[in-house]
Amino acid sequence: MIAHAIFFYIFSFIAIVSAVMVTASKNTVHSVFFLILDFISISCLFIMIGAEFLGMIMLIVYVGAVAVLFLFVVMMLNVAQQKNQWFASKESSRHIPVGLIISTLIFFELIIVIGGWKYKPDLFDLNNSMTNFNLSNTHSIGQILYTDYIHIFQISGMILLVAMVGAIVLTFRKREGVKTQSYLKQISRERSEGVQIVEVETNKGVKIDD
Amino acid sequence: MTEIGLGHYLTLGAIIFSIGIIGIFLNRKNIIVILMSIELILLAVNINLVAFSIFLGDLAGQVFTLFILTVAAAEAAIGLAIIVVYYRNSGTIRVEEIDKLKG
Repeated sequence: MIAHAIFFYIFSFIAIVSAVMVTASKNTVHSVFFLILDFISISCLFIMIGAEFLGMIMLIVYVGAVAVLFLFVVMMLNVAQQKNQWFASKESSRHIPVGLIISTLIFFELIIVIGGWKYKPDLFDLNNSMTNFNLSNTHSIGQILYTDYIHIFQISGMILLVAMVGAIVLTFRKREGVKTQSYLKQISRERSEGVQIVEVETNKGVKIDD
Repeated sequence: MTEIGLGHYLTLGAIIFSIGIIGIFLNRKNIIVILMSIELILLAVNINLVAFSIFLGDLAGQVFTLFILTVAAAEAAIGLAIIVVYYRNSGTIRVEEIDKLKG
């Protein structure tokens, strides 16, 4: 139990520090790296608490796909040129007190809610879907994901499809002056405009395209 | 202190949520960091859902976290595509200079 607590504090400390560094570091590439560190430590927490499937999915989806996508865009957009001081002008530093006040208010509200919150003790006996402890976490999630939540599952697939199509449509552009095949032109060629039969006289040669 | 309960995880989620909101407000560099702050906020929500799901013994929270992951991935893809298009058109993604809407 004590090891559990120690690991919880280590991972949550790393998560909080790296979350601060995401917003505070001057270089955007460093921010992305700290975001990756944050995701990894949170997924370690998930695995520790007993949600192994979500921890692993978090590693695959966030660290493997989303964070690398961020890194890709940051490197593509030449943001290093715009690396400068934190608050560029006086105009923008106006927002600092407002942001600090609002976020500390939200934090204390959440803390008050957590501190004063009492759940009914019989809620713990309500284990309706985790009663079977012989099954692994992944197995039990799969059992309800594909039965009770199948419609939401399908809809999330549609969301991913729409996002993919949207991203492609947004960033696609037709370039001028690039030599590409025109399939329609290739297919619709006919013999009459492609081939010409010429009678060649001996010792004279042929002139084509005059 | 050594017994890690639901409150510890909820506090961690609250801290990360607040850091994400601070990041949205205080960021003046470029808009990518704002997207990363949004990811932090979604992560905090996921922590809350998973903690409740584990401690209350109901798997619905974990299933919902899975869908939040899906939506977050889609949102990141679309947001980054918009940023790329904006950078191509106007040559900057600094937050102060994005004022086309005059808001």
